Amino acid sequence: MPRRKGAPEVNAGSMADIAFLLLIFFLVTTTIETDAGLDRMLPPMEPPEDNVVIKQKNIFTVNINKNGQLLADEALMDIKDLRAAAMEFLDNGGDGSCDFCKGKRDASSSDNPTKAIISLKNDRETKYATYITVQNELVGAYNDLRNRESQRLFNRDFVSMESEYLNPETPSSVREELKDKVKRVQELFPQKLSEAETSSN
Amino acid sequence: MSKFAKKKDGDLPAVSTASLPDIVFMLLFFFMTVTVMKDSSIMVENTLPNATEIKKLEKKDRVIYVFAGKPTREYESVYGTETRIQLNDKFASVGEVGSYILAERAKKPQEIQNVLTTALKVDKDANMGLISDIKQELRKVNALKVNYTTFEGDAFNNLQ
Repeated sequence: MPRRKGAPEVNAGSMADIAFLLLIFFLVTTTIETDAGLDRMLPPMEPPEDNVVIKQKNIFTVNINKNGQLLADEALMDIKDLRAAAMEFLDNGGDGSCDFCKGKRDASSSDNPTKAIISLKNDRETKYATYITVQNELVGAYNDLRNRESQRLFNRDFVSMESEYLNPETPSSVREELKDKVKRVQELFPQKLSEAETSSN
Repeated sequence: MSKFAKKKDGDLPAVSTASLPDIVFMLLFFFMTVTVMKDSSIMVENTLPNATEIKKLEKKDRVIYVFAGKPTREYESVYGTETRIQLNDKFASVGEVGSYILAERAKKPQEIQNVLTTALKVDKDANMGLISDIKQELRKVNALKVNYTTFEGDAFNNLQ
């Protein structure tokens, strides 16, 4: 019998099933996640040219021993109290040049937030988890102070401003505007967190 | 008046499912494009610590990953139970970190070579000695921007 109709039509009814199958496969394998963590800058290898003399009172030393105990400014301290102690140190404003500081203006503590340095030291046997907790508290101290100033100047939290500024989906016009604000607050409380090389004993 | 003759009630018109494949395909393409296949399997224990003051790692192409932790049970017999570093798909010693970073950096386009971040994915039970050694290596190759990758959560849970 001669064919009259040409090629027969392919039944596309099962296409949906096939597509569903693929869809479910990709649904299961997809991980839409972004990693997050604590951003830190390491000090460069070559030491700075000029030997800067830093007054001892401008340095807040935090030492973690191998048992996870904390020595902050020559005193044994619980990690829970570290944030408050770091904030008190940064916000001190000892020489009176800091007009926005709300600290005690203790002459034996830091002069100005721009001069205050937190130095973090740890033992080789310190647990990484403890180290991260301490880092988190110190970054938290900076963030709390920056939030306070940011609220005063721009009525907005620094952390939310910064995350919007860093988000690549934010339109560039908004980013430009945020950039100045973020810079301004960062200059009030610059993050000077030095990580000294590990002591081996 | 047959024009306005009342429709026979009772038989609802069937909903056309002809566009179902189109919708499904649309979803399919969405998931196909956002899927990222894991390119390396993790061979070390990798329970990250918790932290609250975290920043998101935007732009995955600008990140170099370094893993560290105890080898998982499969690899325990060969590599022991000491904390090890994993780069890509193999275990490495501290001395290899620098050259790995340089090699990864060379693979990236020129314009982003200066803005790379090293993400340290370290198990919470690791000792700081190893981390300090890694940090020292990173300083040697001038990869100064690091991110200690963590989970979001109360940092004091780490101490237990």
